[in-house]
Amino acid sequence: MAKAKGANGSRKLTREQYLDLYYYMRLNRAVEDTMVKLFRQNKIVGGLYSSLGQEAVSVGTAYALEKKDWLAPMIRNIGALLVKGVPPRDVFMQHMAKYDSPTKGKDGTSHFGDLENLHIVSPISMLGDLIPVMAGVAIAGRYLGQKIVAMTWIGDGGSSTGVFHEGLNFAAVQKAPFVLVLENNQWAYSTPVRRQVPLENLADRAKAYGIPSYTVDGNDVVAVYDTAKEAVDRARQGEGPILLEVKTFRRMGHAQHDPAEYVPKDMRAYWEGRDPIALYEKYLTAEKLLDDKSKKEIGDKIEKLLSKERDFAENSPMPPAEFAAQGVYCTGDDCHKIRPKWERPLAEVTPPKSNVEAVWSVAGFGSGKASGGGSAPIHFGDTEKNARDAASAEESSTAKRSNGKGGAAKAPAKKAAKPAVIAGKTARKAAR
Amino acid sequence: MATAAKETGIKPAAAAQVTFLEAIKQAMYEEMERDPAVVLIGEDIGVYGGAFKTSEGLLEKFGWERVIDTPISESAIVGAACGMSYLGLRPIAEMQFIDFIVCAFNQITNFVAKGHYLWNAPAPIVIRGPAGGGVHGGPFHSANPEMYFVHTPGLKVIYPSTPYDAKGLLKAAVRDNNPVLFFEHKFLYRRIKEELPAEDYTVPIGKAVIRREGKHLTIISYAAMMHTSLEAAAELAKEGIEAEVIDLRTLLPLDEETILTSLKKTNKCLVVHEDTKTGGIAGEIAAILCERAFADLDGPLMRVTALDTPVPYSPPLEEYFLPNKEKVLHAARQLVKY
Repeated sequence: MAKAKGANGSRKLTREQYLDLYYYMRLNRAVEDTMVKLFRQNKIVGGLYSSLGQEAVSVGTAYALEKKDWLAPMIRNIGALLVKGVPPRDVFMQHMAKYDSPTKGKDGTSHFGDLENLHIVSPISMLGDLIPVMAGVAIAGRYLGQKIVAMTWIGDGGSSTGVFHEGLNFAAVQKAPFVLVLENNQWAYSTPVRRQVPLENLADRAKAYGIPSYTVDGNDVVAVYDTAKEAVDRARQGEGPILLEVKTFRRMGHAQHDPAEYVPKDMRAYWEGRDPIALYEKYLTAEKLLDDKSKKEIGDKIEKLLSKERDFAENSPMPPAEFAAQGVYCTGDDCHKIRPKWERPLAEVTPPKSNVEAVWSVAGFGSGKASGGGSAPIHFGDTEKNARDAASAEESSTAKRSNGKGGAAKAPAKKAAKPAVIAGKTARKAAR
Repeated sequence: MATAAKETGIKPAAAAQVTFLEAIKQAMYEEMERDPAVVLIGEDIGVYGGAFKTSEGLLEKFGWERVIDTPISESAIVGAACGMSYLGLRPIAEMQFIDFIVCAFNQITNFVAKGHYLWNAPAPIVIRGPAGGGVHGGPFHSANPEMYFVHTPGLKVIYPSTPYDAKGLLKAAVRDNNPVLFFEHKFLYRRIKEELPAEDYTVPIGKAVIRREGKHLTIISYAAMMHTSLEAAAELAKEGIEAEVIDLRTLLPLDEETILTSLKKTNKCLVVHEDTKTGGIAGEIAAILCERAFADLDGPLMRVTALDTPVPYSPPLEEYFLPNKEKVLHAARQLVKY
């Protein structure tokens, strides 16, 4: 396990990037502060899930991705969406169930995505499901030659799901360019991490999949970024998936309704004293990257932006009721515009050249005799001969059958659509 | 390319008699050849060629990036297929036995099926695999779990009965922009053969077909029971009862019009399916007829289905469990008396 670098250890960021991290953390917090106000005004129709105190995780990890890379957030990763380019109005409108929101009111919170431009996959509430999905994104990107990295997040609680293990194991055997951020905020709803997982460091889960991992202080944005960048670079270079445990703390309850009185007072006090934005301001000020004037300018810029975004969101209409009945299926070509973007020669993936060497290999596997032929044994299946014998045992009683094109059986069967030979019940007996 | 195909024995000469299994393999082979976005993902499908040999030879032909062997992780198979589709690929995911599809239930019903409705993200994936009983596979290798998914908006569910339809519908499924579940009755895999056209063809999803015309009653069925229904219809004809036999082929969306048109003619309806009775498609068809054709009904809708039990293993038990020609004949004779 690589040791996380301290806040002063980064040599990878420009001044502009340092300030970017600051801006996005501030924006993340301000967006959520705005939503708390909206919630209290009953303008948010469903739940509100806070990432207060976890901004450095969302921002620091997502900032390590390139534009072409893919991410799939959890509900508290609004900061990652902002870094990826989602306008705050979309986040507001999602929560307010407005018609102009990305899902047009069909889902709320950060449950939305953008396949075509921003490369964001929508989360669902069943935790862990995104892990194999993003592993699939990663191997599709590799297949197309795009050199992308796919990233998603999972919580300390979500790391106990079956699909977490299925997905990470699959990604590992595939050596997928995939980074999994395990956001350990120490609470799964009301259950503390030590009652969910008997491990000191959840990064140790990576050992089970033979993949590298890191543990990093999630309230130190520069450390988070540095570690995430290293993970993303390694994944992009083909080293396979990487698990990045980011230790932080959920300062609010599971959602707005939950006062989280089950959290020990000293634990809360400790983490409140380590606010990621305050820590980073201290660092930036010491490094002379930020002063009161620029701090105020950034604050003003965010306030101005969010005022506009909030107005837009509030003025957006609710969806028309009958819209509920639309869009279950994609009908026609307009609703599926995704075409594969090939960034490698097609000849490599089509015969006769397609049999390129696998990134995984198992010595000797596949070098033996290929099983095969039309009568090779199959699982619970009869050989062709068996079926034939059974068929001839019973005179074909299967009368006329149409050709499957919608024509009726009375039409003389065309040659190409001759009735299938079926052994029927007799074959069933013969199968024993 | 044609020469190479001949070598692997996947693409037979035109007009050859092919089994249901071969029809599936041909469909996948031809779709992969047509479109490099088509990839396969599943357990033991590469070097081994699949438990039923449906992907035999495809690894050698198309390589490991397009024929992806996976760990025993159905959720990962479906999830990864879905993720791949987001970059424009068209994965065909194999469930080694369709019984195992329930291990990916959440991934299918909550993620894949809802994608287009919720966030404009259709997942053009096909999930296919061997289903059905009659081969003594026991309670975990014989299931017909189609109705769990027919109840899920956003999915399409196909369950063909002939090699021709299997090939044409599988190709249509690969080209469809929605997630499609494709059930293959393993009893039919090598028991039926059909001459298939040499040229590329598809069979439309969502269209039933009339396999036999008749006027006294309509028998609605699909998959292996379609053949049982046809055998029964042939027997009934000897008694002067002309049964019209409808092969649903697609269960979701259901071709209500073909059913209603037939009922207008026969006024009596018998549904035969191998799935268990409660919550089977027969109940849905009964509801549709009550809503849309109540005045046309001259008798109760009758059902011949498997028992409401798990699929038992021992041959006498399984035979008792499954519908058969005699049970269909018994129900049909009762129905025409109304």
